Amino acid sequence: MMQTDFKHRQSAHCENGVIANLLTDKGMAVSEPMMFGIGSGLFFVYLPFLKVNYAPAFSYRPMPGLIFRRAAKRLGLTVKRQKFSSPAAAAAALDDNLRNNIPTGLQVGVYNLTYFPDEYRFHFNAHNLVVYGKTDTGYLISDPVMETVTTLTFQELERVRFAKGPFAPKGHMYYPTKWPEHPDLKGAILKGIKNTCRDMLAPLPLIGVRGMRKVADAITKWPTKLGVKTANHYLAQLVRMQEEIGTGGGGFRFIYAAFLQEAADVLGNDRLLELSGEMTAIGDLWRQFALEASRVCKNRSTQPDAYNSLAIRLQNLADLEEAFFKKLRSAIK
Amino acid sequence: MKKDEVPQDDGSLSKSNLKELIYATDEGGRYTTTLSSGWEPKSIALSQSLDAINERVADALAKVKGGEASVLYYLMELHRMDVPVLAGYAGTWQWRVKRHFKPEVFEKLDDRTIKKYADAFGMSPDALRHFKPE
Repeated sequence: MMQTDFKHRQSAHCENGVIANLLTDKGMAVSEPMMFGIGSGLFFVYLPFLKVNYAPAFSYRPMPGLIFRRAAKRLGLTVKRQKFSSPAAAAAALDDNLRNNIPTGLQVGVYNLTYFPDEYRFHFNAHNLVVYGKTDTGYLISDPVMETVTTLTFQELERVRFAKGPFAPKGHMYYPTKWPEHPDLKGAILKGIKNTCRDMLAPLPLIGVRGMRKVADAITKWPTKLGVKTANHYLAQLVRMQEEIGTGGGGFRFIYAAFLQEAADVLGNDRLLELSGEMTAIGDLWRQFALEASRVCKNRSTQPDAYNSLAIRLQNLADLEEAFFKKLRSAIK
Repeated sequence: MKKDEVPQDDGSLSKSNLKELIYATDEGGRYTTTLSSGWEPKSIALSQSLDAINERVADALAKVKGGEASVLYYLMELHRMDVPVLAGYAGTWQWRVKRHFKPEVFEKLDDRTIKKYADAFGMSPDALRHFKPE
């Protein structure tokens, strides 16, 4: 039996949780919101032509892996990443790491994670967890969205490391190999904030606040164009992406508000503290939006008005966030 | 969201005794974390998605029984896959997977191809060849 002295800490989102936990293990104590903010985790994108689970793709976060890559670059970390074509080589490399007392981050598919409730088992291949030890029967797993540590058999871990479909992990494993003793936290925070403001205010039709407006327009058309059933299926997908496990609620807005609070302390910038409060209020409005949208799904309301009022809410959110990110941009100038 | 307003509804997670971490503010407005057992709007959205999947499974079953589709089509839906995912697991092209949805084509598949699909569903090749959906 091999076991590294890794401490499990539950997080809202898997990717930030794994990074924060791996770095804390190396003596670089960072919080999940801090990693989320530095890695510019807040985002919005609408891809009407890309269908996920037979509904358009919406995302409240950037591409899987991007938050970590940005955060690592901005903090000056060196991260070793490996992918494998053979499961045997992937298992051997992982075992080597554990023997050398290196807790290791893995990208895995969710569908075959046996400790997840059945309702959550979708073919989503960009989940992250840490393997921190090995026993005679399997691996010791720290899945950041779980309250406590868990285990997977050798076969189970192989199956999730070699899950197939979009974003197939191909055994992807990663771990920090070098980290600065005194990282430039202030600089990293500023870069992270600037990047997020740029994303959310991007002059592109499907990204950031413009993406939200596009969704709002689409919502008003769904019921007449596609029928109530499909419209509700799309709405459910939007709500799930916003509120599902990993988002910390309100489409990551609360994690971001927590980051701004920490950033205000680090930078000694009280303006960020005020903006954190504003972001919390915006997050609450996103929750209101989810609540109303779920009511529309449930009642199967046939009045076109229900969809219009949802669209108005979303337009309002886009307006608020546009103003918010402009203020945020000038607050760090 | 204030810490004492974090919903504790019965959700799909609470059945398995799982709670998720939520960021919320304390009395002084500082951020802290707390656990939530679930929130009704989320459960509604999730069950809506699951209903849609179950409908697809039922539809696939009807097609298999009506001789319009092979069991491959039904098993794909049952495992919540779509064509790109199934093609990925079977290590083949999407157009071939679609062709194998035809009962007469599926009947004649060689052992190697059957084994690939069987592995994708975690069953034995024999079980796949003689699979009778209920």
